[in-house]
Amino acid sequence: MKKTIAILMTTVMAASVLLAGCGKAAGSGAAADGAAAGGTSINVQVGPSPETIDPALNSAVDGANMIIHAFEGLLKFDKNNDVVPGVAESYEVSDDGLTWTFHLRDGLKWSDGSDLTAEDFVYSWKRVADPNTAAPYGYDLLNMIEGYDEAEAGDVDKLGVSAPDAKTFVVKLTSPCVYFDKICAFAVLVPVQKATVEANGEGWSTNPATYITDGPYYMTEYTDGSQIVFQKNPNYWDAANITFDTIVWNLIEDANAAYSAYQNGDLSMIKDVPTEEIPSLAGNGEFNIEPIMGTYYVTFNCEREPFNDPKVREALSLAIDRDYVAGTIMQGTYSPATNFVGPGVSDEAEGSSFEEVTKQKYGDHFDTSNYEKDLEKAKQLLADAGYPDGQGFPEFSYLTNDAGYHKAVAEYLQSAWGELGLTMTVNIQEWKTVTADRREGNFDVARNGWVYDWDDPSNMINLLETGNGNNDGKYSNPDFDKAVDDARSTTDIKEHYEKLHEAEQIVLNDAAMAPVAYYNDFWLQKSNLKNTWHSPYGYWYFMYGSLE
Amino acid sequence: MAKYIIKRILFGVLTAFVVATLTFFIMNLVPGGPFLSEKAVTPQAQAAMEAKYGLDKPLFVQYLTYMGDILQGDMGMSLKKRGFTVNDIIRNKFPVSARLGGMAVLLSVLIGVPLGSIAAYNRGKVIDNIIIVFSTAGIAIPTFLSSTLMMYFLSVKLKLLPSLGLTTPASYIMPVLALSLYPASYISRLMRSSMLDVIGQDYMRTARAKGVSTFKSIFKHALRNAILPVVTYLGPLLAYLMTGSFIVEKIFTIPGLGHEFVSAIPSRDYPLIMGTTIFLACFIILMNVVVDIAYAFIDPRIKLK
Repeated sequence: MKKTIAILMTTVMAASVLLAGCGKAAGSGAAADGAAAGGTSINVQVGPSPETIDPALNSAVDGANMIIHAFEGLLKFDKNNDVVPGVAESYEVSDDGLTWTFHLRDGLKWSDGSDLTAEDFVYSWKRVADPNTAAPYGYDLLNMIEGYDEAEAGDVDKLGVSAPDAKTFVVKLTSPCVYFDKICAFAVLVPVQKATVEANGEGWSTNPATYITDGPYYMTEYTDGSQIVFQKNPNYWDAANITFDTIVWNLIEDANAAYSAYQNGDLSMIKDVPTEEIPSLAGNGEFNIEPIMGTYYVTFNCEREPFNDPKVREALSLAIDRDYVAGTIMQGTYSPATNFVGPGVSDEAEGSSFEEVTKQKYGDHFDTSNYEKDLEKAKQLLADAGYPDGQGFPEFSYLTNDAGYHKAVAEYLQSAWGELGLTMTVNIQEWKTVTADRREGNFDVARNGWVYDWDDPSNMINLLETGNGNNDGKYSNPDFDKAVDDARSTTDIKEHYEKLHEAEQIVLNDAAMAPVAYYNDFWLQKSNLKNTWHSPYGYWYFMYGSLE
Repeated sequence: MAKYIIKRILFGVLTAFVVATLTFFIMNLVPGGPFLSEKAVTPQAQAAMEAKYGLDKPLFVQYLTYMGDILQGDMGMSLKKRGFTVNDIIRNKFPVSARLGGMAVLLSVLIGVPLGSIAAYNRGKVIDNIIIVFSTAGIAIPTFLSSTLMMYFLSVKLKLLPSLGLTTPASYIMPVLALSLYPASYISRLMRSSMLDVIGQDYMRTARAKGVSTFKSIFKHALRNAILPVVTYLGPLLAYLMTGSFIVEKIFTIPGLGHEFVSAIPSRDYPLIMGTTIFLACFIILMNVVVDIAYAFIDPRIKLK
């Protein structure tokens, strides 16, 4: 008997010795990683595996973060979020605002050493318009270009883009677009290399050998679910100013895993910070919060009673204590919304803020510092609408998915609207179901939100236009539609912004939706990682950074 | 025996076909589609994307096309991992999960079988009770908890093991332990009860009366008979562990197949849902056949008919 136990124990011990042996290897492995990070390499986490890093197909922020490090378009954004020359060193716009002529820099090359010409832009822009590419942003970005309708129907050569010579790229618009420079800096409209894209189909963007780039970096490894490795591109025109030789994008989905790796020192920056850790990070110099262009809001189904009454909508909107929601429920990772368009979005003058101009011209719509006053107003409005103390108001439901703070906000709204005497049930569904139901108008009140694609208030304000695919609440007001349309068609940049301010006031006064909070990005970044920046687009720029 | 195997395989093919058909139609009943996103794309872009992947055709036509393709071994392009075919994803990720799962199964057997046997041979004694307590705990503790605790202590606090990926041999320790905790405990319980049965048999008493040593009686007579229930359990266990665990892969950032299998569903990546489901079904069927064959080798009294 003893013998048996001894043998069995030996087996178990042998197994543990084997495992212990592996343990030693681990220690040295981790140390080696740390040493490598001290050089010219950086390990970061900006999200899990991106859906795509093919510029034309991308519509997500994490993909765009990688694309801006690999590619450069005609124009790009600088540290102050202003548009500056990219591979085009200059451009001019015709007086009618319809012809944009870009002049490319001398000696531009792809990462494989071949020449980059204006023809590459012609190909790449047509590719975005091509129905066979099925680019999600094709219409949004290019619909103002001549011949877009034909291109979208399949005749891509009709698109009004041309290359009179190798260094000149000309775009012809059908209607002026005052923010077209920002569109030219958008990550979808960067050039891609025709030969490799056409030879490799959709797979070109997942294979380092065919992911030919024109920006600061090129790809050397793509391990789905693990990491993407970028190497400095010596053929990039501004390579002399690029600092890190290697950027390792760690494709981590679990925020706790990212946080552990950050604490271990394996990563210098993580975007996904576990929300339960946030209270303990207050005052920590490595924890950053910066605005991104976006608003968290509540959509009312304007086609359903009683939400078709603006008084009811405004009452519900005013009853929300935005300071409490953003500061306490969302742990300060959001900022209370006082209007619809929040920080980070520019106005007419360079470096100006649309939100600041709104404050000066119209004042804040919601008084977050004096919520009690707004609540009184809400009660009065509800009584005016025929529901004093909520009497006779039908029971309704709030549609949301359970991610981030959505559920906590839903529960808060339930109690806040309960104060008005209303009964609301929380209807939690899986994300795709929420999206589908919301789009089909199958809801009373629903969670909603928007992160801008480019820095122009119209990108979000236009959502509420009659017939817009994202106008889930089916809000409709001819005055608003006219203001938005005027803003779109004008060549006068001043008028453009004036009309948008007007439009914003209309939707706020109509309570077309209830803005709740402005989005922020919050992330952890080691204090020795310097000279990187974060933009209101939700992009991080690591290419000029340094580890000190 | 050959006839038996052929029969089982034919049944397996039929089962896989039923699984594929049911999955296809149920998957399409769920609201939302792969190209539905928080930001509505224009109707034109939506139509273009659906046309590109054949989702604009009637459901039954899509089904026939899919079945036709899969017979030729083409499981289509992933819709949410653009640029990868489903064949690529399975080819790249299955080996990772299989290696991890295979190690976990091996470890479970190496731990579970001896522990169960020791407990049975010491029935009612302290060592038996200790093993019962540990194996009960091992079954009760969910993987996410054991993984997180290990990560916290071994990786964050003591900095002994890497927390990410499978880059070094040491990276395997935590995920393999996490994966084998439940099966090792379960096997030890299975082993204990079947060993107790066997020990009570007449032939064991005869063996001991003849003077056969304890060691020999365990390994030659008892183990071979007692291990059959464990072998039955090993079939599905191998299939489940080798096709990957969503939780363990997510927590330790392991690029395995289990994660794809689960995450394809919320993103409505139809070809990937189909591909991973059919793959898992076939693998389970195959493993069960293998187990049946293994019976015949372990216990010659069993005849496969």
